[in-house]
Amino acid sequence: MLNDMMTHFDLLQPPDLDTALDLLSRHGADAWPLAGGYDSFDWFKNRGKQPGVVIDLEGIEELRGVRESDPSADGDNGITIGAMTTLAAVEADPIIQSRYPLLAAAAAQVASPQIRNAGTIGGNVCQDTRCWYYRYGMTCYRAGGNTCYAGARGAMNREHAIFGADRCVAVTPSDVAPALVALDADMIVRSARRERVVPAAGFFMPPSVDITRMTVLEPGDLLTAMRIPGRWAGADFHFEKVADRKTWDFAMVSVAAAVREAGGLIEDARIVAGAVQCIPRRMTEVEDLVRGLPRDETTAEMAGALAVRGADPLDYNHFKIPLLRNLVKRAVRG
Amino acid sequence: MPELIGKDFTPPDVIAKVTGRAKYAEDFRADGMLFCRLITSPMPHARVLGIDASEALAMEGVVAILTAADVPEIPAPGNPILTNTPHFVGEPVAALAAVDETTAQDAIRKVRLELEPLPFVVDPLESLRPDGPNAREDGNTVVRREGVSEIKWTDADFAAAADGQLPMGEVNNEWSYGDLEAGFRDAAVVLDESFVTAGTSHHSMEPRSAMAYWQNGKCHVFGSSQSQSATLGSLARYIGIEPDDLVFVAEFCGGGFGSKGSAYPVMSIPAHMSRKTGRPVMMRISRAEEYAIGLARAGFQGRIRLGFRDDGRITAADLFIVQENGPNSGFGDLGSAAGAVSIVYTPLAMRFRGIPVLTNTPARGAQRGPGQNQIACAVEPLLDKAAAQLGIDRVAIRRINAPDGDSRYGANRAPVTSAHLREALDMGADRFGWDERLARSGERRGSKVTGVAVGQAFHSAGMSGQDGLVRITPDGKLHIHCGVGNLGTYSYAGVSRAAAEVLGYDWENCVIVRGDSSRNLASSSPQVGSNTTFTMTRAAYVAAIDAVEKLKTIAAMELGGSPEDYDIGGGTGEAVFARANPSRRISYARAAERAIAEGGRFSGYEVPDDLNPVTAASVANLAGTGLIGVARDNLPHTGYVPALAAGFIEIELDVETGAFEIVDYLGVADCGTVVHPQGLAAQVKGGAVMGFGMAALERHVYDRRYGVAGNIGFHQAKPPSYLDVPSHLDWAATDIADPQNPVGAKGVGEPLMGCSAAALLCAISDALGGHYFNRIPVVPDMIVNVLAEQAQSHGPLEVNTQ
Repeated sequence: MLNDMMTHFDLLQPPDLDTALDLLSRHGADAWPLAGGYDSFDWFKNRGKQPGVVIDLEGIEELRGVRESDPSADGDNGITIGAMTTLAAVEADPIIQSRYPLLAAAAAQVASPQIRNAGTIGGNVCQDTRCWYYRYGMTCYRAGGNTCYAGARGAMNREHAIFGADRCVAVTPSDVAPALVALDADMIVRSARRERVVPAAGFFMPPSVDITRMTVLEPGDLLTAMRIPGRWAGADFHFEKVADRKTWDFAMVSVAAAVREAGGLIEDARIVAGAVQCIPRRMTEVEDLVRGLPRDETTAEMAGALAVRGADPLDYNHFKIPLLRNLVKRAVRG
Repeated sequence: MPELIGKDFTPPDVIAKVTGRAKYAEDFRADGMLFCRLITSPMPHARVLGIDASEALAMEGVVAILTAADVPEIPAPGNPILTNTPHFVGEPVAALAAVDETTAQDAIRKVRLELEPLPFVVDPLESLRPDGPNAREDGNTVVRREGVSEIKWTDADFAAAADGQLPMGEVNNEWSYGDLEAGFRDAAVVLDESFVTAGTSHHSMEPRSAMAYWQNGKCHVFGSSQSQSATLGSLARYIGIEPDDLVFVAEFCGGGFGSKGSAYPVMSIPAHMSRKTGRPVMMRISRAEEYAIGLARAGFQGRIRLGFRDDGRITAADLFIVQENGPNSGFGDLGSAAGAVSIVYTPLAMRFRGIPVLTNTPARGAQRGPGQNQIACAVEPLLDKAAAQLGIDRVAIRRINAPDGDSRYGANRAPVTSAHLREALDMGADRFGWDERLARSGERRGSKVTGVAVGQAFHSAGMSGQDGLVRITPDGKLHIHCGVGNLGTYSYAGVSRAAAEVLGYDWENCVIVRGDSSRNLASSSPQVGSNTTFTMTRAAYVAAIDAVEKLKTIAAMELGGSPEDYDIGGGTGEAVFARANPSRRISYARAAERAIAEGGRFSGYEVPDDLNPVTAASVANLAGTGLIGVARDNLPHTGYVPALAAGFIEIELDVETGAFEIVDYLGVADCGTVVHPQGLAAQVKGGAVMGFGMAALERHVYDRRYGVAGNIGFHQAKPPSYLDVPSHLDWAATDIADPQNPVGAKGVGEPLMGCSAAALLCAISDALGGHYFNRIPVVPDMIVNVLAEQAQSHGPLEVNTQ
């Protein structure tokens, strides 16, 4: 039960990235990096997580902002988005709006304006799953226990996975993550020791690999930026999220798509679904199917049908199958 | 022509609210104040075998623990203050006080609660099965004033119902009138439908925090309540003191919606803790705790058989309700639902049968239109179904069944004061452009389809027998000593204006005295059941009439002649004047001086014998400080006061996603004379928004294996957001005076929610070409399932599911 009362922790406020990385490395698993706080404070107030040290990234200017990539340094003419850039800033950024409106649209769908003003793009993609059993404090697999409450017969699992369940049936809650995967973004992960560049599609952690975390980040790691290549700039984009409410709600299903057409045919496409699996679900077989086909109702129907093949619903979420089918259809139909 | 009634004004507490200066319960502080937090049950039904707080109490800063043994025992199955037999997850078992909240919470982790788990149930039908679990050890149902008992249905009862149909076994509520079978024989169309309405949380923005201390033998409580004077008696009982020894401060209330109608048991916990520790105690309640202890609307599993003549007139209604009651006494939603059917549709014959069934989910209480609004959601779509079968317009089928002033209510066929639902329907159809909009019903643009609908609802909205108390002081001001709580509707101000109106006062010269029982307030009805406007304008009126009589008498004493020679108002300002010669006058200020000099009944030393005790005590304190107008409302009052409402809606539903957009909404109130247009508009619109949530978003979700709640935060329980409603909501009122109210007013807050919920449900069904869900809420996944022609995930009669 949320009891709305945090435990004490040491609050460290590093002025620059190197200091932050040093602190993260020094405190290891006892440290909790804090971005906008919308996920963190829920955990703290619930006492579900009780870190001894909280490292507040608010004061680190270099983690903020959107800049055009330097082709010589970054090898591409895309953009780089600092992890501490607020969702509101992503939504309003003129470069993102003109070249990658998919990302602006996804950011605009996150939570509510108040939350987007403080919530960051890095925090959004790193947030933990919203499975209500897990958030309630049940000792499930993800919490270190040996059962899944949500996947059991008769459990209330309307929001849960229809694909890729492996003991845990939780889904990725991020609206931005499917868009980043669709844009072939790279995630820049730094620690005191090294910098790694992880493709967005590989950044999110399936339960089959590690059931206790949602991303590849380990203690000491920090997601510092997201680099979006020029490849998809100005493509035809489609983002759609279906939720109970039109603001302040998590997706029941979302779809992010990027499509390039040439000569009336689909030259290439990225189609990624959110909230149907523990990680953003990139549907490469659908992408393969539509490549070279005209962008019409027939192609859309086929794409929708293929998108849901192999779906394995739980007791309360088989609606996600027709919903995903329709959203993919709409994305392909354009 | 009234000067104040029917005009907009700025209620005096608005500035404090918008600037943040308003002090709600948790904003109060006192020297040496402790903070207490609740220790609640993690199990849905358990027996407390032991509470070992020794380790916690040894911690620095921890002061005391309070258990059920320290507080008055509330006779079962009333809601307890603290309990050794928790009946739902989150029910308070103990409270712990410390110097700050973090210490208290740290200490609670060290309290060892030894619990023996007991059988539990979250679905009434499960409990009614022959071998089903009971929510309480002594039974599974409750009869008012008789207590808990056990009723089990037989296997044959369950077998008799077809798939998806509600079985109908033994009940403990039943009434009927008219010849039911003849009604069905005469019917051209008979519908027999089972339905489910979800239990829902109240979502009061302010949780039920409270602070208390003791001083000079009196207990001071700062609480969150819809009501002021009406809270005193029950709160004093929970604390175990006389009402005279209680000072209750509740100037503002961040929403109650029925859940804070009067005192509630946990409100007394800080008072008990303060008595035990000798220090002031603050108890702040978290959002998640509020979901457990903040009460909830009862859910229904119901079945209704309706017979319609070929002109649409309802010949017979046979209603059966299983009410999910929570584990305690609950609220009478099921009976109110039946009453609503009797008056909104005026069936020629009717039978009601029902049974409240106990479940191990939060205790139930009134929630805006308790019973009436659930049944509106169940029945209104069925009217549309019948209208389609009969080929009748959907407004027309409502008009032909609508009540008027001669209609009768409920089992006892009680009279009503006035009813103008037909006028509301006509006014709404005209203003909304019903015929033109209806032409768009089913129209398809891309994946969007238009739905158009109308819905109606009712609530009984008026009482009588309360007191008014006004005081004119020598500075000429009118002090209205108002015992009405500030639940957020501004009715406290609206009803006070009735006194100012009668006395011809400039509103600028009026002071509403309220919010603190030590300020000598009048007795008031509780601010529940949409009654305040009707009940308390009457009380304000009789007090003002008493003041007018005293003013005239004093004028005669000052200027000669008899009181009948004098009058007030008429553009002379706040003065009494001789009818024959208006220049012979004395000001109200001078009259107040004279009243004080005269003493006796003029300044409150002598009062009518029939005053309610709260008022009598207040007048005794005020005696000698001005001209006192005080009286009990003995005006004639016979029959129910029906508040009625009609909602009109147009939506656009996306057949690929199940999402819909509300394009337009109009709510029409039958609330008698409009007292405060802005206040009424806020009720029509706020009620509509709440209704949209009831129809399409909000519900209790419980895991049936563990009895824990799936939604304990706003983002999980999902009341409507600002993007889920159109930015413009239209409103109108019949504005036809009720004959039993001196200013013509009736209350109306509650049905304004039911009519919008019903309208939205009907519109979704309309957009889906006549698919009826027989269930609320209708959430997008249910719509997606219908459009994909696949079964719903939940069983037809399942409750507390997603």
